[in-house]
Amino acid sequence: MSIRERMSGNEAVAYAIRQVNPDVMAAFPITPSTEIPQMVSTFIANGDIDTEFIPVESEHSSMSATMGACAAGARAITATSSCGLAFMWEVLYVAASDRLPVVMAVVNRALTGPININCDHSDSMGARDSGWLQIYAETNQEAYDNYIQSFRIAEHPDVKLPMMVCQDGFITSHAVMNIELIEDEKVKSFVGSYEPENYLLNPEMPMAIGPYANSPFYMETKMNQRIAMKNAKKVILDVAKEFEKISGRSYGLFEEYHMEDAEYVIVIMGSAAGTTKDAVDELRAKGVKAGMIKVRVFRPFPGEELAAALKDAKAIAIMDRAESFSGMGGPLGSELKAALMDAGCKATVVNNFYGIGGRDYTVEDAEAIYNDLMEFEAGTKPFKQFRYIGLRK
Amino acid sequence: MAYNFREVMSKPERLAPGHRMCAGCGGTIAARMVLRALKPGDKAVIGNATGCMEVSTFMYPYTAWEDSYMHNAFENAGATLSGIETAYHALKKKGKLDETYKFITFGGDGGTYDIGFQSLSGAMERNHDLVYVCYDNGAYMNTGIQRSSATPMFADTTTTPVGKVSNGKMQNRKDLAQIIADHDVPYVAQTTLLTTMKDLYEKAEKAIYTPGAAFLNVMAPCPRGWRYDASDIMEICKLAVETCYWPLFEVVDGQWILTYEPKKKLPIEDFLRTQGRFKHLFKPENEGLLEQYQAEVDRRWEDLLFRCSK
Repeated sequence: MSIRERMSGNEAVAYAIRQVNPDVMAAFPITPSTEIPQMVSTFIANGDIDTEFIPVESEHSSMSATMGACAAGARAITATSSCGLAFMWEVLYVAASDRLPVVMAVVNRALTGPININCDHSDSMGARDSGWLQIYAETNQEAYDNYIQSFRIAEHPDVKLPMMVCQDGFITSHAVMNIELIEDEKVKSFVGSYEPENYLLNPEMPMAIGPYANSPFYMETKMNQRIAMKNAKKVILDVAKEFEKISGRSYGLFEEYHMEDAEYVIVIMGSAAGTTKDAVDELRAKGVKAGMIKVRVFRPFPGEELAAALKDAKAIAIMDRAESFSGMGGPLGSELKAALMDAGCKATVVNNFYGIGGRDYTVEDAEAIYNDLMEFEAGTKPFKQFRYIGLRK
Repeated sequence: MAYNFREVMSKPERLAPGHRMCAGCGGTIAARMVLRALKPGDKAVIGNATGCMEVSTFMYPYTAWEDSYMHNAFENAGATLSGIETAYHALKKKGKLDETYKFITFGGDGGTYDIGFQSLSGAMERNHDLVYVCYDNGAYMNTGIQRSSATPMFADTTTTPVGKVSNGKMQNRKDLAQIIADHDVPYVAQTTLLTTMKDLYEKAEKAIYTPGAAFLNVMAPCPRGWRYDASDIMEICKLAVETCYWPLFEVVDGQWILTYEPKKKLPIEDFLRTQGRFKHLFKPENEGLLEQYQAEVDRRWEDLLFRCSK
């Protein structure tokens, strides 16, 4: 029987870490992810798990030590947010290139400038091209479920890539929700043990990792990372199917909400999907064919699959919780629009920025976006392709 | 057991020939000697900060390292090896590993004194059972001889060039061995390449086999950066010690021990004259700079004697 509980997203991830019992965790505190290493330290202090915890002096070192531990042959994890993730930036690329299946819990928070501890996706979106798998959660339940699935995905022989398991800072990391936990033994047998093919502490065969590889070899390294990233799509779906067997909860690359006949669609990521679903329900009650897509997997980017799911939409609002300062769209907007163009999409498409630095995003905001989509499509309101939602007047 | 040069030198090389380091490079000599201090049955994982040594010994698809080896980045050799060492304890605890492993990382002064200082400090403070070996050649040699905080005063480097109104680097070098000793780690030593390599070998052995964090600061001349003939390296190292420019000492559990005291302290000019990077100091108008140099060497030497209760 699964366990019904109430807990925050950080508690849920820490609970999953206790169940997985990884070999090594290295972490440095940063709001709002700090609770995760704190809780893990308490599990260790009470003998609940035998993970070795490295209380490093910075996030650059937490990633570096995690990489060292993983290369050595250990299952190694870390957690961070915001500037902590930005401080790791250089070594994120090395971890992906070294094909180290490190799992990192990312509790999304705005990047400093000015300092802001609240949620947006600018931290992990800044690392979107680093070669890491990225998966996002709407709820505490999804943060927990994604975390448990992440090891099977990252460590899969066809993938062998590091993975960020993201959830929204404070909104899910600190808010307490109902959650269904899986029994320890089921989680342990689902995740299994980490058995790398090559590792530093293999007495039979030493390994050298992190070479100097100039133009004769560098490009093949990148191509192999690309292949692994593409392989991950199938692995993510296969792991989700297996996960459904132990949990009863099904997951895909993205979630479709009332998409069967939807004409007006919001595409969004993370906790704001819940808010958007409420707006969809209200509009559906009024007879509006509103729908929503929640992108769960951002790396690899399911462009073709999303375009197929959006093929009958008349108007689409793509929602970005991160700026990329191109003067045009955000990360999700730019990538999805490219995928839609490749698929010959003729829909009206806008790209909105919302929730930056924790700005509220309400059901009314979502409804207004759907109304705008209808008006843009009908030509009754001047079309505006890029917009900030909820700006101060 | 007494040090036997022939025996030590006949140990198998763990940094194999065929790497692409320069002839007359002190860093390579130091690394080979440190690795000889490993017991033949013991396995090791070698770490390496980005630098000459890394880009010349592990050019894909070839490695010159007989042991497992990891290069991560320039500034994180301390943290990377911390993770490897911790994984060793985790796997041992879970019964997944029987063999004994030792952990040694090499970094130049750039990766150690400067950009990797925080990572090194963290690894030392946490007292991981590892050895950090700095091969100190006193500048960022891999990128083309830019000054570091290990660069000695008045050295001509590409970012402290000697010019019409400049006499090279204006600051004294940072005393990293002292700073690491202040981390209260079990073993810190300063050494260089001397005749039979006894000093380096014995200090490396102690560093490797003392439980906990250990730091070795090895003065490792660079023929390109210091501008000397490759064959002069041993003479230069000797003069560094005999002038008290590079004193030999150990700090064992906080106890400072002078491991060599010159019978007659030679003037600093004897060391400086061997290298092109100090050539400008020997112009007649720069006599004052030499005096200033001698005063600085004397001050540091007196300070060291005091620490060693001499």
